[in-house]
Amino acid sequence: MARPADVTTAESSAVEAHEPTAPHRLSSAGAAAEWVDDRVGAARLGKGLIRKVFPDHWSFLLGEIALYSFIVLLLTGVFLTIWFKPSMAETQYDGSYQLLKGIPMSKAFASTLQLSFDVRGGLLLRQVHHWAAILFTAAAVVHMLRIFFTGAFRKPREINWLIGIGLLSLSLIEGFAGYSLPDDLLSGTGLRFVDGLIRSIPLVGTWIEFFVFAGQYPGTSIIPRLYMAHILLVPALLLGLVSAHLALVFYHKHTQYPGPGRTEQNVVGYPLFPVYMAKAGGFFFVVFGVLVLMGGLMQINPVWKFGPYTPNQVTAGSQPDWYMGWVEGAVRITPNWEWHLGHTTWSWNIFLPGVGLMGLLFTSLAAWPFVEAWITGDKREHHLLDRPRNAPTRTALGVAGMTCYAMFWIAGGNDIIATHFSLSLESITRFMRVAVFVAPVIAYHVTKRLCIWLQRRDQERVLHGSETGVLIRTPEGGYYEPHEPITVDQAFVLTQHDEMDVLDATEGANANGLPPRDGVVVSKRRAALSRWFLADNLAKPTREELEHAHDHGSSAALTSGSDHD
Amino acid sequence: MAKPITLLLALFLMGGLYAVLSPAGQSAADGNVNSQIVQGKELFQVSCATCHGLGAEGTSAAPSLVGVGAAAVDFQVGTGRMPMAKPGAQAPRGKTEFTPAEISALAAYVASLGAGPGIPTSQQVSTNNLTAEEIARGGELFRTNCSACHNYEGDGGALPNGKYAPSLGQTTASHIYEAVRTGPYAMPVFSAGTLTDQDVREIIGYLQTLHSTPNNGGFSLGGIGPVSEGLWGWIVGIGGLVMVAMWLARKGARAR
Amino acid sequence: MNSIDLEPAEDHGSVPAVYVHHQHPVPDPGIEEHIERYTDANPAAGRRVYAQVVGMLALVPVMAIAVIVIYFAVPRQASIRLGPLYANAMNVGLGVTGGLMVALIGFAAIQWAKQIMGDEESVDYRHPILSSREDREEFLSMVDDGVRQSNLGRRRLIGAALMGALGVVAAPAVVLLSDMGPYATPSRIRATLEKTVWAEGVRLVNDVTYTPIKASEIEIGQLVNGEPEVIAHMEGAAKIEAIAKAAIIVVRMDPKSIRIPASRKNWQVGGILAYSKICTHVGCPISLWERTTHHLLCPCHQSTFDLGDSGVVIFGPAARSLPQLPITVDSEGYLVARSDFTVPVGPSFFERDSRHDFKKGDN
Repeated sequence: MARPADVTTAESSAVEAHEPTAPHRLSSAGAAAEWVDDRVGAARLGKGLIRKVFPDHWSFLLGEIALYSFIVLLLTGVFLTIWFKPSMAETQYDGSYQLLKGIPMSKAFASTLQLSFDVRGGLLLRQVHHWAAILFTAAAVVHMLRIFFTGAFRKPREINWLIGIGLLSLSLIEGFAGYSLPDDLLSGTGLRFVDGLIRSIPLVGTWIEFFVFAGQYPGTSIIPRLYMAHILLVPALLLGLVSAHLALVFYHKHTQYPGPGRTEQNVVGYPLFPVYMAKAGGFFFVVFGVLVLMGGLMQINPVWKFGPYTPNQVTAGSQPDWYMGWVEGAVRITPNWEWHLGHTTWSWNIFLPGVGLMGLLFTSLAAWPFVEAWITGDKREHHLLDRPRNAPTRTALGVAGMTCYAMFWIAGGNDIIATHFSLSLESITRFMRVAVFVAPVIAYHVTKRLCIWLQRRDQERVLHGSETGVLIRTPEGGYYEPHEPITVDQAFVLTQHDEMDVLDATEGANANGLPPRDGVVVSKRRAALSRWFLADNLAKPTREELEHAHDHGSSAALTSGSDHD
Repeated sequence: MAKPITLLLALFLMGGLYAVLSPAGQSAADGNVNSQIVQGKELFQVSCATCHGLGAEGTSAAPSLVGVGAAAVDFQVGTGRMPMAKPGAQAPRGKTEFTPAEISALAAYVASLGAGPGIPTSQQVSTNNLTAEEIARGGELFRTNCSACHNYEGDGGALPNGKYAPSLGQTTASHIYEAVRTGPYAMPVFSAGTLTDQDVREIIGYLQTLHSTPNNGGFSLGGIGPVSEGLWGWIVGIGGLVMVAMWLARKGARAR
Repeated sequence: MNSIDLEPAEDHGSVPAVYVHHQHPVPDPGIEEHIERYTDANPAAGRRVYAQVVGMLALVPVMAIAVIVIYFAVPRQASIRLGPLYANAMNVGLGVTGGLMVALIGFAAIQWAKQIMGDEESVDYRHPILSSREDREEFLSMVDDGVRQSNLGRRRLIGAALMGALGVVAAPAVVLLSDMGPYATPSRIRATLEKTVWAEGVRLVNDVTYTPIKASEIEIGQLVNGEPEVIAHMEGAAKIEAIAKAAIIVVRMDPKSIRIPASRKNWQVGGILAYSKICTHVGCPISLWERTTHHLLCPCHQSTFDLGDSGVVIFGPAARSLPQLPITVDSEGYLVARSDFTVPVGPSFFERDSRHDFKKGDN
């Protein structure tokens, strides 16, 4: 069996800072590297990084989609700032879009129209910018789900998980600010919504509203202010956090999926230079290219059709971009709870779904790694990813959360659903009020069952091989389905995961008769949570069971060696 | 400038209404109209009377048509909404079952029952002489009065209890005019005091221009705003790039 | 063989020990054998991939030239029609050529990495993230040395004073933001959020055209999007702010089919009623009025108000009735306001006294 090259022990070809190697031995790239090293001593740093190994898996590229969309956002955003005027001063439109000729509008909207119709390529870059924003947030969410379901947030990566949550929440703010800048009817409607949201904050809402809008809604300051936040403040924070996020990925070394030879102590894949660089760099260009194609072929946010914002106009189908859709949905379906106490008004109907729910989502996301570690008592480092079925409670919780999010999301489009599927708005709303609570519970139980069923199937495959789908009739008239043995590699993947014991309450009896745990008090509640989290897992077959099953001959033993598929 | 025209048009319209409203004896002078009414009445009794009553006085199943005017008939029958295929909150657009002559006859008959908005003349809905500014103003009027229900592109939207504002993409100029003046189903009426004939012409001009100009940015993705944009962004963006990522990370064909 | 391999998960520090079963019924077979790629083994296939990569890269300059040509040659307003696609020609042209130009570089690089670069798997070893015991102890003792050198141990007050000083600095920094907007004092709230430009005698005019509304011209079932006449003479931000609160809808209903409370008998003119157009939920302008049911639906969050019953909420997230504007007719028969709205319009705010809003059943 050919062992792969071992980069850490291989002779390093990096240039030593103190003893420059003879130039004739170097490629031109090497010569360039030498030139840089003479000046900044890059070799010392580079030798640790250049051959760093990255495992290959498509799901590891989701975060890269977000990263590359972010780069595209920066590039196209710079282009847009050349023409965009963040001013709410009124002007009469006199550009080339005939259908708005002579209409009074803000300079922000007029300059967006100028960008779209009078600057060549302006519409394309505006659309690429908007698609990149859609893709950035979407990829960030999918990436986060991948991290969650594979347990990649566990020690030592909790800090990076927190940075990721920070990135996600900032990107929502960033996206919303961008959505508001063109000052078209849709963005104005969105701002009006945010004004209502701010006002609903108990005690200080009106003060914040006056500070944010420099007085009454809408005023003339909000767009210049959002512009500052959109092109300077939030991007700077995003850039800083993205850098930290990536630095930690490098520093921790990438996680990997379980597989033959993959352990907690190694990482198997391809070196950064050249393979991963070419793949990741190539993927950047593919993401960029797809975004440009989308910008060229798929119309997004046709502001000229919405027209300029005035506070007395609105359009049917006023929705935010997808990433705010769930908040919109929550606001739509929350019953009209409002307190009128003395001279005051407490708008729970807006505050709870708008401010409260967002706070709840991000707080629970941020807390989860610590909550899970506390429940299981697991403080080990993890570099091998979980197969989601092997953490059924976490997986089920994740699916339940996604279902809840999806229900809110659907509620955010209830008017579109009503018209496109000929349903009544009221019944959709009433249904959703129930569904946001019931659907996650159903999803939780279904997912958990499914995970356990998958665990059982894994066990069957390890013990008896995989089903062949062929029915054979025995001479006695019975039928059986012969099983095909699985490879050692496959069997290893199915059985490599660790099993954790349920934490026992220290005051109660210890079920396994094991020694008490180092004086750490485990409360009954924590023990119960631990049971909830771990107890349903199917025990892996033991080595005896495996040998026993294979001796029985109904299925062949594991095929020796690994096959290639 | 606009005011005298408005006034003239309003007067013209009023005149038309009075002509329809005036006693039958006066209309009888015009034998053509008279025979139309007779033909219309026959058609009405075959196709409409079951629900609207023999004299169009209305039944529990359908409203009275006395005073709805010729415009309402031309709109309802001309867009195939009437006769209604099955009872419901709102009749969907359909294929009309009548010839233009039959529709005129029906309209004349219903108009003879009581005063109501008339069918617009071709000048009333003609958009030929509108300037760019007037069309843009039509857009402003559209966004103020219409887009709340019919959406910014005239693609329609939801109303309570399963009702909806229909898409205006296929609606003819005179049908738009008639809907504005008669308020079919849940739609409110916009009389000449609110939207003058000139205003309505401008709105029609805006919609026609909007629907005949290309979608500058590419495929319109349904024209319903951020919901469909988000959906397509996920499908094409995330879906497409995940496929690329799978290809990127998959080991290619091996030698054995 | 079957000894269940129990061990405390981690033995540093005072974390609770967790029993983890490291039992591996199937021993680790080790990293899979490297098998040569088809493109390595078959020279023809290798050459094909090589040609693909070079071909893709060779197309990039072609696309770049196309982008430049389209930029300069295609008229800005020209459109293109390809089946269902009817769009601006330059946008489609630049997007397709530019997108392909960039994507081709990417596909070429990936194909190169996948099929031509050496694809032997490499292994990197991980080291525990926590530092070695010696490093950690050395570092901690350095920290201790530093703390000792700072003399903070003996001069404790410096530490506390420094922390306090740094904390206090935040206060002026925050205070510097106070001029972001006016203070929401009760008097300012009364003058802004609780007041609109409506006043006694202000005529109701049609939106956009600003023509006054004659009561006799409004039919039953009619909807008018209205504004106060004063708006016509306003400009810029003042106008927008005024519209944001003063926009109204005027509707006429058959007086027999609606409920008019005794207190509002003279707020209307023969079934003509005026309501604020600004939703009491988050402030979207509402005008989706159903002539048949008198219901008004907000397109943003679907709050539904009954204009036949003083604007009470009948569905959705809005909590308060739509404020009604008291109106009458002037000597020329035009609709005029009798006063400003009697309650603040628009979305709720904390200081709003909501005890006087119309509630279902009020008279």
